[in-house]
Amino acid sequence: MERRTITQLSAALRDGSVTSRGLTEDCLQRIERHNAVLNAFITVSRDEALAMADAADAVLASGGGGPLTGIPLAHKDIFCVRGGLTTCASRMLSNFVSPYDATVVENLAAAGVVTVGKTNMDEFAMGSSNETSYYGPVANPWDLERSPGGSSGGSAVAVAAGLVPAATGTDTGGSIRQPAALSGVTGFKPTYGRVSRYGMIAFASSLDQAGVLTLTAEDAALLIQAMAGFDARDSTCADAPVPDYTAALGESLVGKKVGVPREFFDDGLDPECAERIHDALAVLETLGATVQDVSLPNVGASVPTYYIVASAECSSNLSRFDGIRFGYRHAGADSLESQYKLTRKEGFGAEVKRRIMTGTYVLSAGYYDAYYLQAQKVRHLIADDFRRCFESVDIIAGPTTPTPAFGLGEKLDDPVQMYLNDIYTIGVNLAGLPGASVPCGFSEGLPVGLQLIGPAFGESTVLNFAHQYQQATDWHERSPELQAG
Amino acid sequence: MALSNRDVRYIAHLARLEVSDDEIADYVDKLSSIIALVAQLAETDTAGVVPMAHPLDMGQNPRPDAVTETDQRDLLQRNSGSVDHGFYRVPKVIE
Amino acid sequence: MAWEVVIGLEIHTQLATKSKIFSGASTAYGAEPNTQACLIDLGYPGVLPVLNRKVVRMAVLFGLAINAEIARRSVFARKNYFYPDLPKGYQISQLELPIVGKGAVKIFLDEGQEKTIGVTRAHMEEDAGKSVHDHFDGESGIDLNRAGTPLLEIVSEPDMRSAKEAVAYMKRIHQLVRYLGISDGNMQEGSFRCDANVSVRREGETALGTRTELKNLNSFRFVEKAINIEIERQIDVLEGGGKVIQETRLYDSDRNETRSMRSKEEANDYRYFPDPDLLPIELDEDFIESVRAELPELPDAKRARFVADYGLKAGDVEMLTSNREMADYFEAVAGTVKGDAKLAANWVIGELSGALNKDSIGIGDSRVSPRALAGLLERIRDQSISGKIAKEVFEAMWQGEGDADQIIESRGLRQISDAGALDKIVDEVLAAHPEQVEQYKAGKHKVLGFLVGQIMQATQGKANPAQVNTLLRNKLD
Repeated sequence: MERRTITQLSAALRDGSVTSRGLTEDCLQRIERHNAVLNAFITVSRDEALAMADAADAVLASGGGGPLTGIPLAHKDIFCVRGGLTTCASRMLSNFVSPYDATVVENLAAAGVVTVGKTNMDEFAMGSSNETSYYGPVANPWDLERSPGGSSGGSAVAVAAGLVPAATGTDTGGSIRQPAALSGVTGFKPTYGRVSRYGMIAFASSLDQAGVLTLTAEDAALLIQAMAGFDARDSTCADAPVPDYTAALGESLVGKKVGVPREFFDDGLDPECAERIHDALAVLETLGATVQDVSLPNVGASVPTYYIVASAECSSNLSRFDGIRFGYRHAGADSLESQYKLTRKEGFGAEVKRRIMTGTYVLSAGYYDAYYLQAQKVRHLIADDFRRCFESVDIIAGPTTPTPAFGLGEKLDDPVQMYLNDIYTIGVNLAGLPGASVPCGFSEGLPVGLQLIGPAFGESTVLNFAHQYQQATDWHERSPELQAG
Repeated sequence: MALSNRDVRYIAHLARLEVSDDEIADYVDKLSSIIALVAQLAETDTAGVVPMAHPLDMGQNPRPDAVTETDQRDLLQRNSGSVDHGFYRVPKVIE
Repeated sequence: MAWEVVIGLEIHTQLATKSKIFSGASTAYGAEPNTQACLIDLGYPGVLPVLNRKVVRMAVLFGLAINAEIARRSVFARKNYFYPDLPKGYQISQLELPIVGKGAVKIFLDEGQEKTIGVTRAHMEEDAGKSVHDHFDGESGIDLNRAGTPLLEIVSEPDMRSAKEAVAYMKRIHQLVRYLGISDGNMQEGSFRCDANVSVRREGETALGTRTELKNLNSFRFVEKAINIEIERQIDVLEGGGKVIQETRLYDSDRNETRSMRSKEEANDYRYFPDPDLLPIELDEDFIESVRAELPELPDAKRARFVADYGLKAGDVEMLTSNREMADYFEAVAGTVKGDAKLAANWVIGELSGALNKDSIGIGDSRVSPRALAGLLERIRDQSISGKIAKEVFEAMWQGEGDADQIIESRGLRQISDAGALDKIVDEVLAAHPEQVEQYKAGKHKVLGFLVGQIMQATQGKANPAQVNTLLRNKLD
């Protein structure tokens, strides 16, 4: 199955061999053919997409536009899009029509993309398998019985299956990188604060960051270029200039230092995955980089730290869902208290409720010091570990996930088992650093991802390494066979 | 460290989540294992470590005092299932 | 058995910014429901708070005015609880690192005693919306216009020992926030709200008794009455061998009693944690000094200056400096009336205040400007008119008839001071009342008043009273 990158499509649009309308129709058809099986999309906005495509074609015809003009794209259904449904894959927002656009949506629209629809995800971004969605699980196109990863599973699959060339995602503990690895695409999460969170429905405010799922690092650079920048509507958004990410892609890796954390190569890492990672590191060496051992001594505490901080923050962020001003409401409640309790019981799925309860517990009287405060301190230690590494290396590399894609339903009954999936990615969110996952081979026919982690505001470094790796390999060009649906 | 039924009911109440009798065992079980996971954190020595509330080492960036929002009541109230003469309606608030 | 009362006050004052603390919606009072509640105020999914810098300036200004520590680093925290008027399900407030630390204010009690009341802290937070319970048959209506209005919560030390002290403190804070221009202090509109923590203990005891919280006392009078009735209730309970329950009570002004509030959050676990959507507020010396430069002359300093520079009595000064507008008005008048501050003071406190009260308007809306009043007072000083006539002129000025000179002219109110003319009238009156003249000469000096009265009548009040007195005495003695 042929999948074209943004770079390729942009060139084709420019030379007139395709139109945006044509590309968009193409995507819409593929979605129609395959979505019943993959369930990557929650909403497809045919009319709006075609209108945007026509507008893009007009811009291109007049000789204007940029590298993203006319490119079809999907948004993870966590980004508010004005006038359309934004569900966060939850019953709670299954009727929610957003009255405003997220900054990410605005920025990309201004760059000329054509929004084709909203992708499926784990409910409220809580999950690592895209099985907690109110709209049903997403299937991994490499093996339909397996999970594509989560929470940005829909976006990863939409790209992996060639339904769209790119999709936005969000990453709080690995939710872009992990599904990228399990679905065999490129996933990129910038530094915390690089992209505005305004309009991105909040899960864990100090960890959430918007990013992209694409076929190549080059494509990711183009998208991040348009998405990044200061936004006065987000107090946690960095007021730092946005460099030219595309310019940095071509830099040579000669003399650059790659740090490989020894803690990532533990018993939990599947041996075949470990081999793929070592192969990838060897490729980096052939490109001139040197690979050395580094240590992140506290990274083993990432998972418990994350689950305290993320649950605490989400338990508070989700309190606004009470059915009064928007969203699902249990009708006919006989008291205010039962309206709250039944609305929230019925509106939220099991994993979301568990995390709310966990967060409520760790913040409750008597437990704050032992859990939340302790977690904030360990977070500092973890961030310092990364900072120390970057004093001696330019980038950190390692596995994205401990195993390739696991079976749907396999880990649903054991939340802790599910949480341990994020073991390599979570520390990056705690430290607020930029990270990517690129395809680096297969294990038993399933994709394996190489994780690249940069220092704060080191997007250029991460994209550079990823791009150079992709110039020297072709794993990212392998596509799954789709059954005609 | 296992949670009791009472713990779970109390937390559910604080979080305004209805938990029925047949759900409680599952909650106790799953939440206990999650709490056991996060309780491991006590083993990390954090003496003298400053808590990190934020990855960014930035101060607040406040905005000037100006009215920038206009009345969008009609648009926004379309999202609510219970509006009456501009008010949001809820079952009676007991004070 | 002697009892001692311990009182602490928590005052919430709405800060007079144009827009809300975390959003750009208007804070104007009285709008139609939910027309001033934007996405952020409604807690919509995906929106984020952005701090209004004026709120920080106002909080710091208050802190400097009470000589408090200003936190160089302060943090916003979420106070989590569910209530329909709290759209996000949490209130953004400050807990461990408030922007203003320990300070103090002086209060003045009846006998001229001074007492210092400590302020524990003051912090910024957002206000909640309002619930309305009538008109919705069995349901409640929620208006979120007020949600997000900036509040300064001012917490006192438990330093007050009587309801009177509590009211004096509350009045001081009320005066201060208005002086600083950070709040209009309008208690009817809810811009200034007070909760009182009250407990009693046996005299001599150091441990604090169990306290109750009296909520939303919205006038000085109610604060005093509520505290007093609560003190009585607590003493009754304790003397009867019972225990005071720690709880929140509402004051019922009709019955003059306090009632236990059915608590709206029985589980009061607010689960405070630092708000991850807002970064710490970091203030440097330059900023703090720039705010300090905005401090106006505060009531104490103004009072001292009025006594020293204008030679006025404490009581007059207290009234003149009760608010900044009145003090400024007075100074504008006194400045023009060439050193007769006493005259200016009397008129501002007397006639002017009377007229303002009658029309229920503030001095800012006075129908007579300081300049115009000064013009009137000048005519008293130069003896063009008597004090009594001046009152008539003032009334006419208030009704918009013109300035003092115009009215004196048009109504022919000029005082008769011409010695010759007066002399003639005095002689006429004396001649017309021989009986009273005899009585005066016989020693009944009181009758002078009658004669003066007659002369005033004969001149339609325009005779210069001082001159009349002098002439009479000269002729009679």
